[in-house]
Amino acid sequence: MSETVELATQPLGIPRGRAMLERAEWAGRAFARYDAPTVRRIVAAAAEAGAARSKELAEQAVAETGFGVAEHKVIKNLACSTGLLETYGDHDYVSMRLDPAGKIVEIPRPAGVVLALTPSTNPVATVYFKILIALMTRNAIVISPHPYASRVCAEAARTMADAAVAAGAPDGAVQWVEEPSIPLVSALMTDPRTDVIVATGGTAMVRAAYRSGNPAIGVGPGNVPVLVDRTANLQRAAQRIVDSKSFDNSVLCTNESVLIVEEAVADRLLQHMRHAGAYLLSDPERDQVRAALFPDGHFDIRFVGKDAAWVAEQAGVRVGPRTRVLLAPFDLPVPEEMLAHEKLCPVLGVLRVPSAARGVEAASAILRIGGAGHSAAIHSEDPHTIMSYGAAARVLRVAVNVGNSLGSSGIETNLAPSMTIGTGYFGRSSVGENLQPEHLVNWTRLAYNAEATEVMADFSGLSPWRAPAGPVPAYPLASNAGQQPVAPVASAPQRDQVDELREEIRRLIVDELREIIRG
Amino acid sequence: MDSSEATEPRFDYGAFSFASKSEVLAKAKEFWNPDKTQFWSDAGIPLVIDRREEYFIYDMSGKRLIDVHLNGGTFNLGHRNAEVVQAVTLAMQHFDIGNHHFPSLARTALAEALVASAPPGIGKVVYASGGGEAIDIALKTARHATQKRKIISIVKAYHGHTGLAVGTGDDRFSKLFLSDRPEEFPHVPFNDLEAMERELRGRDVAAVIMETIPATYGFPLPDPGYLEAVKSMCERYDALYIADEVQTGLMRTGELWGITKHGIAPDILVTGKGISGGMYPIAAVLLNERCAGWLREDGFGHISTFGGAELGCIAALKSLEICVRPETRSMVHYIADFIGAGLRRIQAEHPDWFVGIRQNGVVMGLEFAHPQGAKFVMRHLYDNGVWAIFSTLDPRVLQFKPGILLKPELAEELLDRVEVGISKAWREVRGARGRLR
Ligand SMILES: Cc1ncc(COP(=O)(O)O)c(C=O)c1O
Repeated sequence: MSETVELATQPLGIPRGRAMLERAEWAGRAFARYDAPTVRRIVAAAAEAGAARSKELAEQAVAETGFGVAEHKVIKNLACSTGLLETYGDHDYVSMRLDPAGKIVEIPRPAGVVLALTPSTNPVATVYFKILIALMTRNAIVISPHPYASRVCAEAARTMADAAVAAGAPDGAVQWVEEPSIPLVSALMTDPRTDVIVATGGTAMVRAAYRSGNPAIGVGPGNVPVLVDRTANLQRAAQRIVDSKSFDNSVLCTNESVLIVEEAVADRLLQHMRHAGAYLLSDPERDQVRAALFPDGHFDIRFVGKDAAWVAEQAGVRVGPRTRVLLAPFDLPVPEEMLAHEKLCPVLGVLRVPSAARGVEAASAILRIGGAGHSAAIHSEDPHTIMSYGAAARVLRVAVNVGNSLGSSGIETNLAPSMTIGTGYFGRSSVGENLQPEHLVNWTRLAYNAEATEVMADFSGLSPWRAPAGPVPAYPLASNAGQQPVAPVASAPQRDQVDELREEIRRLIVDELREIIRG
Repeated sequence: MDSSEATEPRFDYGAFSFASKSEVLAKAKEFWNPDKTQFWSDAGIPLVIDRREEYFIYDMSGKRLIDVHLNGGTFNLGHRNAEVVQAVTLAMQHFDIGNHHFPSLARTALAEALVASAPPGIGKVVYASGGGEAIDIALKTARHATQKRKIISIVKAYHGHTGLAVGTGDDRFSKLFLSDRPEEFPHVPFNDLEAMERELRGRDVAAVIMETIPATYGFPLPDPGYLEAVKSMCERYDALYIADEVQTGLMRTGELWGITKHGIAPDILVTGKGISGGMYPIAAVLLNERCAGWLREDGFGHISTFGGAELGCIAALKSLEICVRPETRSMVHYIADFIGAGLRRIQAEHPDWFVGIRQNGVVMGLEFAHPQGAKFVMRHLYDNGVWAIFSTLDPRVLQFKPGILLKPELAEELLDRVEVGISKAWREVRGARGRLR
């Protein structure tokens, strides 16, 4: 019997995954020749379809993963669908760019096949985000979701894929892995058909992406310090930090991790935070919470994305049901202090410092423990403090007077809105900005002789790209297909008659042209 | 044997070895098939296939060829497709050919999968060891079901060379063995509905057997509505419709079974070649319930030791699974679109020479303006690293059959090579004509 079982368990997933990449390669090649208006239409259709299901899929994500807050996920899903459309509405990654003075013409060249790894903590929004930036840049994309969120990610990807193809995208431009697994993901990452990996997830996976031998854009975890100095508007800072820390039950890599507050204003700030829904743990309670969250020196993933009341209950601490954030005071920002590490739930470490300058150093200490290159926040009116914070902390974005979760991700600041935060060289990543469409396209530059005697030709109005004449690829009708298209029987998938007709007309035109050529 | 060859065997395959290619050719003539061996030498295709992988075959000389003959679709999934090889290799740890008298694991599993994949109405599967035997089973089945003897086929049809199948095909192959039986096997011209109806009208016909696109005849396409009309005539005159999908099945037309693109649910469907994955011979006959009578009446009616060998079933299950993947179907559409467009471009450059493209998916026939045109093109393609075969029954037409998993870059390379090969063949033919004048 055991032999038979062995035979039956040949891994089906890897060959299927490779087939997806192969199909994506065909799709990407076709897509790379699309013109700008068609691409705009496709992106808009996908974004709108995604937005229309943002609430439903937010709820589904919470139900499937047990992480986060549905109403907060709706905000992210909208930000990553129609929100992106607004942000990048007037950007164009398709048309050539002309620089007559420099005598350079730039032609956009998509990566081809994007392999996107998406996390469980932020499933739908990340899927939406990566699909849209791929479509904006005419790339085919294969989504490999985190196994914890594979069903909702498949649903999210399908939603955008169907809309994109209906709007004219090449067949297979958006695909997704239904049953992700470690061997499958590594096979996809190392496959030569993958042109670029965009990895959002745990450090191990991001490092694996870099090791794959394929170009990779990987982004690491955060461990966000937030500094409040004596110049800050304490009431507003308190409200923003509580809102931001409790946002989506703190599953984002941009949620605050440790609050660093100047001693002089600490009590007042914490008082405001209590009004905003935070609960200040006593020292014994803090110890109980620490022990619960980090039972063996590692974060217990049972707590990921759970609400504050549930976390407290598990730790044996009684708090009111409206509690949104647990404040856990500690003294020393060092690696053995577990509360100084990333906590993917609404527990915020609290560290009092004698001065803003000490606060800057404490923030650096937090970032030595984790989150290098990621993000930090500050609430202050003092440009000197803000500047020295920005120059000292080894992060590539500092959210100022705004909650970090939506601040560093560009939703409540004017950074590029993104679910994927580049951690740059500090964080051993190739990208230091928020991931954006520009990262998925290269440019071929036609560079003229700089000598003044060599005049650049007039390229204005030229475009190498075309709108597709019909569905891509065309349905393979017989080349003598005549006037009466026959409806296929049940086992053959139904085709849209209009598509067939369009294809037929196209073919007639081609035939006619051929006649003319033959003369 | 060439005396200048080294004495040390240069081609050692473990089980056997040869000192040189010329030794193989000499021995092939001596012990195997002198005429065939000579034929290819004369045709300028001195090919002895050695290494093979993906869509490449290598001559013993090391010359690499892109295979767009695929042995009629046998290598649909490429040579030694890794997944099929793995499936068969694993299976060998548990299975062998099996005992054809007993209900069997692999045969049952494949039958269920084939029925699930089939056009409506199909409910049973009978196995053969090759396409010809499968056709014989189909014809015997039709005769049993209708209690009639006559089988109509197309002039220049090709359904194999076994006992009954050979009667449906060209006289060249039946007369040689005194096996032509015109009274039982009337042949009617392709795309001629009147001729078809004339034969059917007597109501003494058991079945019409049709390749969905006649391969060895150079893939002339059925006129729109032709197959559909034949099918309804079959219904009118109480004959069965047998779809020979040996070359048009398994996604080659962009749907799993080419016949479904015509909206036809055949009474019997025959598959072979590609279903083997190119790794273990097997063919199958798919029957609707009306035709399955003999399987209830006398299940030992057709006995075939190797028919449905269990290792073959494993190869077939894997091949079928690969074919029905949505990714595969999509890729076939891309490949057909891309190669079709490329060929039309090449055609536009050679309008007086490359006069027609017959295409349905990756089933293609290229027509040339010379009675033996495809032989010229075949040779020049061979010189330029592409293996495609002329159509035996219409040598104007080159059979051009890219694989269903062809990669974009290889598709591009293929077109580059084809463009050059076709041009050179044209130059040769034009030059010869010039000399004749
Ligand atoms: C359409 C068709 N049917 C049947 C056959 C016979 O198959 P086999 O050679 O496996 O007997 C062939 C072989 O070329 C074929 O092309």
